[in-house]
Amino acid sequence: MSDNQSSPALLSRRGLLKGGAALSGLIISAYLPPMVSRSFAADVVKGANLGDGAEKGYGAFVRIDHTGAVTVISPKIEMGQGVQTGIAMMVAEELEVPLSQVTIAEAPPNAALYTDPLLTFQATGGSTSTRYTWEPLRKAGAGARMVLIQAAALRWNVAPSLCRAENGRVLGPNNQSAGYGELVDAAAALPLPTDIPLKPINTFKLLGKSAQRLDTPHKVNGTAKFTIDLQVPGMLIASTRTCPVSGGTLRNLKNEAAAKAIAGVRDVVRLDNAVAVTATNFWACQQALNALDIEWDMGPHAGLDSAKLDKSLFDASAGDGVFAHKAGDIASALKNASSRFEAIYEQPFLSHSPLEPMTCVAHVRADECELWVGCQAPGLAQMGAAKVCGLPVEKVVIHNQLIGGGFGRRLESDFIFQAVDIARKLSYPIKLIWSREEDMTHDRYRPHYVDRLNAALDKDLRPVGWEHRIAGASVVAAYLGGLPADGVDFDAVEVAKDPIYTLKDLQVRYIRHDPEVIPVSWWRGVGPLRSTYAVECFIDELAHNAKADPVNYRLGLMQSQPRAQAVLRKAAEITGWDKPLPAGSGRGVAVSAVFGSFVATIVELEKQGAKGLRIKRLVTVIDCGFANNPTSVASQMEGGTLFGLSAALFNEILIENGQVQQTNFHQYRQIRMSDAPPVEVHIVDSVESPGGVGETGAVPAAAALVNALYAATGVRERRLPLSRSGYFTV
Amino acid sequence: MQKLMVNGVEHQLDVPDDMPLLWVLRDVMGLTGTKYGCGIAQCGVCTVHLDGHATRSCVLPVSAVAGRQVTTIESVGEQPVGQAVQKAWLEHEVVQCGYCQSGQIMSAVALLTEHPKASDEQIVDAMSGNLCRCATYTRIRAAIKSVSQA
Ligand code: FES
Ligand code: FES
Repeated sequence: MSDNQSSPALLSRRGLLKGGAALSGLIISAYLPPMVSRSFAADVVKGANLGDGAEKGYGAFVRIDHTGAVTVISPKIEMGQGVQTGIAMMVAEELEVPLSQVTIAEAPPNAALYTDPLLTFQATGGSTSTRYTWEPLRKAGAGARMVLIQAAALRWNVAPSLCRAENGRVLGPNNQSAGYGELVDAAAALPLPTDIPLKPINTFKLLGKSAQRLDTPHKVNGTAKFTIDLQVPGMLIASTRTCPVSGGTLRNLKNEAAAKAIAGVRDVVRLDNAVAVTATNFWACQQALNALDIEWDMGPHAGLDSAKLDKSLFDASAGDGVFAHKAGDIASALKNASSRFEAIYEQPFLSHSPLEPMTCVAHVRADECELWVGCQAPGLAQMGAAKVCGLPVEKVVIHNQLIGGGFGRRLESDFIFQAVDIARKLSYPIKLIWSREEDMTHDRYRPHYVDRLNAALDKDLRPVGWEHRIAGASVVAAYLGGLPADGVDFDAVEVAKDPIYTLKDLQVRYIRHDPEVIPVSWWRGVGPLRSTYAVECFIDELAHNAKADPVNYRLGLMQSQPRAQAVLRKAAEITGWDKPLPAGSGRGVAVSAVFGSFVATIVELEKQGAKGLRIKRLVTVIDCGFANNPTSVASQMEGGTLFGLSAALFNEILIENGQVQQTNFHQYRQIRMSDAPPVEVHIVDSVESPGGVGETGAVPAAAALVNALYAATGVRERRLPLSRSGYFTV
Repeated sequence: MQKLMVNGVEHQLDVPDDMPLLWVLRDVMGLTGTKYGCGIAQCGVCTVHLDGHATRSCVLPVSAVAGRQVTTIESVGEQPVGQAVQKAWLEHEVVQCGYCQSGQIMSAVALLTEHPKASDEQIVDAMSGNLCRCATYTRIRAAIKSVSQA
């Protein structure tokens, strides 16, 4: 499934550039934000020519061979979100083949073909996959079906309109029948239709019905290969110890002989800021790393700790920063308000900690660098790897792999570059495996944020408007190398500048405050998650301040948001929101409208003793538009909700002497089965365009939890995680 | 030399006494279905059966398994309970990224072998040592229940 060695052939531009480009403008305008100039969507339709040799394809996405087997080239990597099955379903639906006839191949790095217009580069993240593939991938399937029908019609000398496609075959008016495999050669020579109509939703056979994922059978019997499981000829295992303080370097290394004397150990490799050992097995690598006497130059950040970092961010958050959004006149509104309400929320640094630690197989030869690695942004990995090994970009070959958990971590390529840096000094391929300790202490962390909100209330204690200050490190700047001219991290202020609540006056300020020592990056839910936490806690506080019911109070302020209102009403109905709970128990709600989907989540919990929390019920309602594969949507909501709760309950990365203090799961606890009941998911029936689901579930979870805690105890916690204030689950 | 019984086959391996079984399985024998996640018995992705009991192989020195039966995900499907659990996993579409699922399945099979009619409480007890970062617990529970109630 992940072997895409044959893909480069398929991507020969020869076939891609023939065919009419007439449709490309149409598709682009439907998908692209104005700043993006190219997209692989354009190439879908350019790729009308079905290619050459035994492998016949429809552009960059669909290949059909002489047996009729269909390969869908997935521009999106599978991380457990079920996206590849969803993409296969889109193609199979329009191509009229059973899902069982489809296999998936990973797309190689190729910006011209596989750039995601919502992200503006080739990557998997931001819950964009289904949103962006929905039209072009169905068109790829439909276009292929049309030329196959045309080829059959020519063969039988009948009108194409008298033929139809079914089950991987074209059927003619006089009982003629031909399999796709017999027709591909003829179809490949035909010009692309200029108009590719898509099937109406009510005729779908596959889409909209729960389908078993294509990648799961191998994952229940141990045969699925993740990067960490790969074996290439001549390969040794490598593992590293990296300087515990970011920015530090390797000063001296002793005891090499002792390390090398350990059975199975081959080489000790010095890097600028790390030491690597290669051996026949991971255990020997760890033994050897322990045996080494490593002296670090800790660099300029060795004196930093969380208390200092917290204080500097908190102080900065009172500043003015730059305007991210300005509507109405919040200054006058605050001055003339009948009352005001202020609150400050804090969210900590977080690690990703996917269960498969960072791992990369690398082989650097004189003329080529070959990488086998599960990565979310293969194009960026390829470019950076080329720099590290000093080869031209096209000499870096990436074989993308199944990912054992991403959550944003594998949008970064730091571990890939480290693998290349080691491999370029060696004559054999290596599989670099980070220990859990390396993985947790050398993550790129979700930033620590401080949100300050100040609302102007009318005499009914409803907000006329508010000011929202957001302070924290800029992930956008860290990832893209800078911010747009306005100085605003557009990710961090999402949701804050476009809340679901109608406010006459709204002002959002962004205060960029990068910590000196901690590298930051994308984390599942990204900006919308952080802003939703602040806004949904704040609106809850305003409701209680008004002695109003938190559901009704919200509904009254979201008149322009019918889909958000509907999910909130539904969640309230399912939980029996109106039925009171005994003292010490409470329900909390949060609503989100992000990634093209609408979610309401309700947490019901019971306080036990002073700080014990028993989560009794979790209900989440999603309107994600048309649900391609409902079981996958539900699955993402179940997992996403618990993922969000896990962080809100337990997680915080702390720094001491410039070093991350949490080294493994005993210090960075994850939610377990005993911590939470099953998640009840309700999916709203809808024919709207599909919205994202991969991150959506995590977004409202923390606010719903904190709001439930208030409802149960009357105590308002504003700083995450709750464990920081002594809470624990029972 | 270590003498090992893995998935019903005897092996003689030249590995140090204190090498954890996990790395013997993965890096020496090439049985990569058993995963590494923490190395300190915190996550459960390395779970195998030792004489039928769920055990974390990352902290188990290979010398400790001499004379005992080791079963891994690669062969657990040969047992009727293993087969039933794998089937239930697919029917309930439990898997997300899948990295933890070998360990989850090994824990579930050990539970259901010992307690074919496992109660909710027994399920939570047996499964709470297995982390799933994708948090598939809702479906793990449902899949186990479907087998225990069958
Ligand atoms: S790797 Fe053994 S419990 Fe985590
Ligand atoms: S399925 Fe991803 S860690 Fe469990």
